[in-house]
Amino acid sequence: MAIDLEQFHEVFFEESLEGLDLMEQGLLAINGGEQPDAEVINTIFRAAHSIKGGSGTFGFTAIANFTHVLETLLDEARDGTRILSTEAVDLLLQSSDCLRAMVGSLQAGEPIDDSTSGPLVVAFEAMLAGDTVPASEEASTTVPDAAAIPSVDSGLSHNDIVEASINSLLGADDEASLNNDGTSGAGGSDEDGGSSGGGAEWKISFQPDPEILMTGNEPLRLFRELAAMGAMRTEAHTQSIPDFDHLSADECFISWTLWLTADVSRDEIVEVFDWVVDECKLEVELVGDASEELSPVVAEESAQAAESPQEPAASAPVSEPEPVPEPEPAPEPKAAPVATPAATTPAAPATAKESEKAAPATPASSSSSIRVGIDKVDSLINLVGELVITQSMLSELGNNFEMEKLDRLSNGLEQLLQNTKELQESVMRIRMLPISFAFNRFPRMIRDLAQKTGKVVDLQLSGEQTELDKTVMEQIGDPLVHLVRNAIDHGIEPAEERLANGKPEQGTIKLDAYHQGGNIVIEIRDDGRGINPDVILAKAIEKGIVSAGEDLPESRIFDLIFEPGFSTAAVVSDISGRGVGMDVVRRNIKSLGGRIEIQSKLGSGSTFKVYLPLTLAIVDGQLVRVGTETYIVPLISIVESLQIKPELVNRVSGDMALYRLRDDNVPIIPIYREFGIEADNTVLENGLLVVVEGEGQKIGLLVDDLLAQQQVVIKSLVSNYKRVEGVSGATILGDGSVSMILDIAGLIRQVSERSQKRRGRKSGGSGSNSQHQAA
Amino acid sequence: MDIQALAETVPVEGVVNLEGIDFVKNGDEYLTFCLGSEHYGVEILSVKEIRGWERPTLIPNSPDYVKGVINIRGIIIPIIDLRMRFAVGDPTYSNTTVVIVLSLENDSMNCMMGFVVDAVSDVLNVEDGDVKKAPNFGGTLPVDMVEGLVNVGDNVVTIISTEQLLTLEDD
Repeated sequence: MAIDLEQFHEVFFEESLEGLDLMEQGLLAINGGEQPDAEVINTIFRAAHSIKGGSGTFGFTAIANFTHVLETLLDEARDGTRILSTEAVDLLLQSSDCLRAMVGSLQAGEPIDDSTSGPLVVAFEAMLAGDTVPASEEASTTVPDAAAIPSVDSGLSHNDIVEASINSLLGADDEASLNNDGTSGAGGSDEDGGSSGGGAEWKISFQPDPEILMTGNEPLRLFRELAAMGAMRTEAHTQSIPDFDHLSADECFISWTLWLTADVSRDEIVEVFDWVVDECKLEVELVGDASEELSPVVAEESAQAAESPQEPAASAPVSEPEPVPEPEPAPEPKAAPVATPAATTPAAPATAKESEKAAPATPASSSSSIRVGIDKVDSLINLVGELVITQSMLSELGNNFEMEKLDRLSNGLEQLLQNTKELQESVMRIRMLPISFAFNRFPRMIRDLAQKTGKVVDLQLSGEQTELDKTVMEQIGDPLVHLVRNAIDHGIEPAEERLANGKPEQGTIKLDAYHQGGNIVIEIRDDGRGINPDVILAKAIEKGIVSAGEDLPESRIFDLIFEPGFSTAAVVSDISGRGVGMDVVRRNIKSLGGRIEIQSKLGSGSTFKVYLPLTLAIVDGQLVRVGTETYIVPLISIVESLQIKPELVNRVSGDMALYRLRDDNVPIIPIYREFGIEADNTVLENGLLVVVEGEGQKIGLLVDDLLAQQQVVIKSLVSNYKRVEGVSGATILGDGSVSMILDIAGLIRQVSERSQKRRGRKSGGSGSNSQHQAA
Repeated sequence: MDIQALAETVPVEGVVNLEGIDFVKNGDEYLTFCLGSEHYGVEILSVKEIRGWERPTLIPNSPDYVKGVINIRGIIIPIIDLRMRFAVGDPTYSNTTVVIVLSLENDSMNCMMGFVVDAVSDVLNVEDGDVKKAPNFGGTLPVDMVEGLVNVGDNVVTIISTEQLLTLEDD
């Protein structure tokens, strides 16, 4: 039975990325030069180790090899024989980036770019070899190896040739898919301790006939004999291994290329193959002198595999008549590996390779699976159990129903309602993840940015356990990054300036998440220089976004920085964006049904508050009736509902109706007029008013009737129609009819735009731009 | 009861008697319908279902020919009155007013929409050569909306491009 390893790749990628995150967090917790907490080192080590193990299993040798080097360093740190210096931590952080890129390219099915890993490996090896820590003596079996062969392939030294050959199967795959990364051959120097054995380097192409095993010849034995002569590397060519179904254990499907560094003559090598010379294609050539460095030899080999410039004539007499320039193209589709159990091993990397090629360039960013705590699943199962019980009770009731059972029926329905509600909540909880998933990237980012800008910044996180819908989480990441970057770039002042202003040298950025009403609020607070409203207003007037002389409240002025065009290059340095503008930030947040607020005090810092809905799919709504239509007002935006007292209605500035709600004057907006529909009640007196709040503005919606409150499932209007202003979506009510869900913020904008138009003044495009983006 | 007998006994609905219908499928098939006294056709493969008129939920601030949205098995579908959109016929709603639900797609999107028409008439089998180019001499339909004209007996059926129907509510 062939196991399709491909199905586990996605899991491996996800786990690796998670492991890298853990690693990074751990590394950030280490202060360079100090003896870190053992648990931290262990966490990092475990992460690196499982990535290495996984990548080895799946044949991603480049990652396995790279991680191995990392692991060697970490191992020393774990044993306490090495103190991780700041440079080491930096190096490890860089390598975690590098690994992430490697996993990313594997995920996208692209070849791995080793341009970053190469130098890192060299740096690691320099660190391992250079620092005269006594511990490096222990690792002497690996370190000299790595030093001798300046490639990723350190330390995979094998005493047992079986292991070497299996490993070289992986190596062959590695070479086939990643080609020329200079790291290919997996074998290591053997018994006589490295390539220093002296003598010539021989390249032996050994391509046995499929029947070779039937004559009692075992290639392994031949290789063992060769290995006894000197240091040997093997490379197996597994291309001609057929499907598992066609695999015959009696036949040999593998061909080999062996590099032997030994002081032997050609005849001695050929002698080893004496018994099999009629059953194979053999080629022996001299490729180099052992006195040379090994790496140029490797390079030479990969450049011109078969032709040996040194001794072309010598190779002719011993090799079989037909020249086989490349060892791989074994035409017979059969060849049995050394032993049957080993047969599955080469098959696995082969499929892995195929899958890598076949996999289209899927966007790596959105992972498609979700991890759920077992308790959440258990509670689901419990609920389903209860649901089944309720169902059977109801159906029994329905079988022979009599009027006196009516009570029981309504009880049963009540129970059904309860079950459904709980089930729905549980299912929704499955999609919820703690916001630490989004927060965790910030410590690293702040560290890097602080280094780059030379500012001293302290990051404080709180409320990481606040849970947020997965979809929301994925989409809020980038806007948050942008806001945090802005806070460092533009908010926090350089240390000298801070000291001059009597602030502590170290700037602080606080990230906080908490529930408020039906919302999640994410706060990004810095204690930097704050936003100067005068500068923004001046800029906005210059840009024609607002007209001069307009008296805007401060919150409106701050909102201006979200205007498109405001954030692009060459604007106020205090708040200018970089690349992605603040308008994109707001647009992303809006598309999630959220909003953003700014509070800022000049000289003492700014706070950005991002309000997000708990979930995207379901909203708590108040059903209201206007004429024949039913609308849904999201409960979270409702401040209160009241009956209009005529004495509290004021008409001001040309028939604008205001309702005095305690200290606020709330404009009254009749829905029937905004939506152009018929209503039963068009007079304000004793009408019903639903006071709602959106974008910091309160308005009162005049409705005919207040109906039930219920949870409604949001259905998109956009998928079949287009975006409608003032409406965030539609839903299907219990009777099957469709009802519109009001978008309060959009409605407020729409109303204010219209009234501005009515007054004959151009609105300056405020708000309308973001309205159309989703259409 | 064989098909022939059925075809004779079941009267063709409506006042229009369209000829040239056969069951040999060697061309495209179109569903024809009436707007006022004019005949139109759409490719039959895009027709999802035909249903009676029901009052839809209004969409605020939409053009008058967008009658609103209805719920078809959990999907929200906009209803567009083709008579009003094309300014053909009289937009009255009666028991016989029908809604043709079409599944429309072009390169970038795929959606379902319902179109209000006066009546559905027939299925028309048209060979490729029979679709004539429409002359552009007035008419309230946008030119690119018309794929071509087909003669059916004494009548002319306007074939509407389903791809262009997608863009109906964009302007």
